[in-house]
Amino acid sequence: MDVLQRIDEIVKGNPVVIFMKGTPQMPQCGFSSRAAQALQACGKEFAHVNVLMDQDIFQNLPQYANWPTFPQIYVNGELIGGCDITLEMYQRGELQQMVKDAVEAKAN
Amino acid sequence: MNMQTEIEAKLSHGLAPMHLHVVNESSQHNVPAGSESHFKVVVVSALFEGKMPIARHRMINALLAEELNGKIHALALHTYTEGEWQKTSGSAPMSPPCLGGSKA
Repeated sequence: MDVLQRIDEIVKGNPVVIFMKGTPQMPQCGFSSRAAQALQACGKEFAHVNVLMDQDIFQNLPQYANWPTFPQIYVNGELIGGCDITLEMYQRGELQQMVKDAVEAKAN
Repeated sequence: MNMQTEIEAKLSHGLAPMHLHVVNESSQHNVPAGSESHFKVVVVSALFEGKMPIARHRMINALLAEELNGKIHALALHTYTEGEWQKTSGSAPMSPPCLGGSKA
């Protein structure tokens, strides 16, 4: 399968997904770590993709949503941003609501 | 022109900022001394008025497309309108510590 199609399936197939360096348990980058922590603090399950373990995704994800850096956080199939935006939204309480709504909509 | 000056020049030109602070944070990361790889930008601009954070970041990513295409590795962005900036009392968040993944 084409890698952009594979990325698209991951993005569309999960209400919340983070493409990050490392894993939430073993992050390999400070920005990825902080973004994953913010998602964990929302208290809902989320998917993650370790871009360091998948060269195709690592190389092609930037063009998928025209976003040049990692991590990338998608909610309801849409890029919400990287680490800085995710943290800003968490601090304002917006991320928690967005994640909750996305996960609950998927479950129903 | 070094990378910091280059980033400052492009953002000054593109965003007409009221406040712009570009910090080279490379020394906090897993890269050789003197590197120009990790930057933080704090920028206050009227052009951000009415725009969501993702749209503001996309404006900056577009202005720095050449730099982001392999020249720099990390770019922390903190974008404010004048009103938002006043509420922060003039301080942007700290960048996270390095966890070693920048060699990838």
